[in-house]
Amino acid sequence: MNEHSHPTAGVYLRVAAVLVILTVLEVGVFYVPAFRPVLVPVLLVLSAAKFTLVVMFYMHLKADSPVFTFLFGAPLLLAAVVMVALLFLLLGALTLRGAAGAG
Amino acid sequence: MVTSLGLDSRKMAFWAFIGSECLLFTSLISTYLVYKGRSVVGPYPHEILNIPFTSVSTFDLLMSSLMMVLALAAVQRGDMRWGKIWLFSTALLGLVFLGGQVIEFTEFVHKGLTLQTNLFGCTFFVLTGTHGAHVSVGVLWLLTLWVRALQGKLTQANAMTVEITGLYWHFVDVVWIVIFTVVYLIQ
Amino acid sequence: MKSWLTTTDHKRIGLLYFFTAFAFFLIGGIEALVIRAQLAQPNGHLVTAETYNQLFTMHGTTMVFLALMPLSASFFNYIVPLQIGARDVAFPRLNAFSYWVFLLGGLFLNASWLVGPLFHAGTLNVAPDGGWFGYANLTERQFSPGPNIDFWLLGLQILGISSLAAGFNFIVTILNLRAPGMRMMRVPAFTWMTLVTQFLVITAFPVITVGLAFLMFDRFFGTHFYVHEAGATPILWQHLFWLFGHPEVYILILPAMGIVSDVLPTFARKPLFGYTVVVYSGVLIGFMGWGVWSHHMFSVGLGPIADSVFSATTMLIAVPTGVKIFNWIATLWGGDIRGTTALHFAVGFIAMFIIGGLSGVTHASPPADLQQTDTYYVVAHIHYVLFGGTIMGLFAGIYYWWPKMTGRLLSETLGKWHFWLQFIGMNLAFFPMHFIGLLGMPRRVYTYPPELGVADLNLVSTVGAFLIALSILVFLVNLLRTRTHGQRAGNDPWGGATLEWSIASPPPVYNFSVIPTVANRLPRWKTEHHEPMRDPPTTPPAPIHVPGGSWWPMLAALGLPILALAPLTHTLWLAFVGAAVLLAGIYLWAFEPFEA
Repeated sequence: MNEHSHPTAGVYLRVAAVLVILTVLEVGVFYVPAFRPVLVPVLLVLSAAKFTLVVMFYMHLKADSPVFTFLFGAPLLLAAVVMVALLFLLLGALTLRGAAGAG
Repeated sequence: MVTSLGLDSRKMAFWAFIGSECLLFTSLISTYLVYKGRSVVGPYPHEILNIPFTSVSTFDLLMSSLMMVLALAAVQRGDMRWGKIWLFSTALLGLVFLGGQVIEFTEFVHKGLTLQTNLFGCTFFVLTGTHGAHVSVGVLWLLTLWVRALQGKLTQANAMTVEITGLYWHFVDVVWIVIFTVVYLIQ
Repeated sequence: MKSWLTTTDHKRIGLLYFFTAFAFFLIGGIEALVIRAQLAQPNGHLVTAETYNQLFTMHGTTMVFLALMPLSASFFNYIVPLQIGARDVAFPRLNAFSYWVFLLGGLFLNASWLVGPLFHAGTLNVAPDGGWFGYANLTERQFSPGPNIDFWLLGLQILGISSLAAGFNFIVTILNLRAPGMRMMRVPAFTWMTLVTQFLVITAFPVITVGLAFLMFDRFFGTHFYVHEAGATPILWQHLFWLFGHPEVYILILPAMGIVSDVLPTFARKPLFGYTVVVYSGVLIGFMGWGVWSHHMFSVGLGPIADSVFSATTMLIAVPTGVKIFNWIATLWGGDIRGTTALHFAVGFIAMFIIGGLSGVTHASPPADLQQTDTYYVVAHIHYVLFGGTIMGLFAGIYYWWPKMTGRLLSETLGKWHFWLQFIGMNLAFFPMHFIGLLGMPRRVYTYPPELGVADLNLVSTVGAFLIALSILVFLVNLLRTRTHGQRAGNDPWGGATLEWSIASPPPVYNFSVIPTVANRLPRWKTEHHEPMRDPPTTPPAPIHVPGGSWWPMLAALGLPILALAPLTHTLWLAFVGAAVLLAGIYLWAFEPFEA
């Protein structure tokens, strides 16, 4: 059932190396005070990169049928939008005075 | 079996399942984020989260994904000897991760953070606990495959089973990537 | 008997779903009748307030989760594989598992009516009583100390697993098991709507799973997910519930819309007008259904921006729905109409759903909704869309597909009596509720004072409810008579266009002796573009492998209520037993030689 060619162990090892580097960078950014102002966006980008690498290469989504990308991607997109919506809806309400006034 | 999209039904079902799990973990993570900073009493995250320790856990899980993919590659080319080694290694690293979680949770409880203590406690433990439960299921699954391989009942013909196991395992790893960033690094 | 317990055949599972769901429908109906009897007069005293709370909670929960969803599932099961030219669903044992979990979950939930004494209370005392939407913090242990809410949340978690499993099964079935030539845009409208519904299921149910889990942790483990004093907010529950709850109502209506989209063309002898647009509208409704949830929360104080956004999205979602309605009407227009019972119900669906949709549009305006919310106006809306909509659509499907499933036609005479009694009954029951609500009667109150001036309208509503009950009785008589007196149906009593009519009624166990190759959207009709297909031969050219049954889906399913009993009875070891049973079932299932 595998019409695609299997990646070599080399590809997997290189991806692993990148993942380690990205993790080191993440932890580094956390500890280096100079990065404090950009901490959140940098971490989000780095972790998104790790996420993407694992999904595309280890889970083979890059080379597989777009049907699988849709089955995973659509709910993932939905989840991201729902999370952002919840943050908008609930963070406003909780930080301001009680229920009303999230405006 | 010939199918209308020419794809394996089990693999398709599993990707749909992973899509569904995205909504599950998003609900948990969103709750964590919405309640962040709302705890009325401590301990608070910055007092208790141990980044060096958790970085090692994260590294461990990432390496386990590597082992998983090497296990799949071995089974796909019919090399059951290495298939067994890598399957077992993946499970082992998974157990190490779980051990780390147990140590971490015990530490936290000693420092006064339990499920009931505050919002940080309940959202943290339910989120990471759910993830840990998923890891545990994965370890059980991997060990089952390993035993089947030892019995000679898992062969190259079952490569799809191993692939699907891999999908589960990598997804659990990917969820941890998000949790590590959102809970531990973005405090 | 054993073969029914171990069956993995989608047709048998469909029938199991149908009869089980119908039984729960009757139970939910009786609960409604008691409610209406209580409300027939002001200051009624048929039941206490506590009993009343259980009645409306169980009525809603039963109707949504144990009647409407599984009745739709009975058609997913029986009809979808036939419509796509398959021999079964993608995962037959998973299919059986879904059914058994549903049955056990339904029994678990309804056991609460009887087991009060086991919890040191009377009978009729520990059924769920927090509304079908279980708002926190009423549902916290502090305000609901008894096991009522535990039954509710544990029962729903069990049922959720059933729905999720079926969701994955049907998505793969519809995408991957279609007959050669059956491209997606040749798939019957009912199967398309089923597909959209399953995507909604697999994305929405995880959210309520989490919400219920938080409630469970609060009630059993002392957490504070919804406790204000700890810095949390009960509004989180509302968000999590309605993030699930709104897609859920589309889960409830889309299958019925699909049924109507199949029934109308058959009895107008005309293809569905604008099939492509109807399909896209269904998909759009599915997507947009995720963007409207806070319209259930307009009175909570979300603020003007949130209110406006959700008001706009809610009004927008009326558009694809309206598009479908116009397409259905255009299907009938100029058609060669045969007024069968199925058609009556399908047309009734359109009319009643329009009314329900209109009251829904009035809800979309937050200032208007502030008057309507929590009053009987909303009860009117939900019953027009769910009873006038879903139930009518389901009955259209029953009269349409019963001959295929049993080989016998239901009586048209009794069917028309059923329809008219139900149609009149439902309008008598629910139309007055628009006024009752706007005159000021809140929902979920066990009685009302005479000064409110709604006594007469309530009485009319009660009469309507009992008329509905009478109509269901007529239907039951029809069901029973048809077993012996029903006219034999033959393969295709209606002149249908789709594949299910190309085989015997009921179909042979393997469905199609030869898997057909499909060349167009209406394979069994002659059109200006093509000739009708040749039906598969009555005997297969070669023996067809049919998978046997299995005990393991049922065994695995059994683990779930046992697991649920552990927190319910505060008995830890039961959790281990339940987990062990579940695991044993799964392992035996995984290693059983089984070829679909």
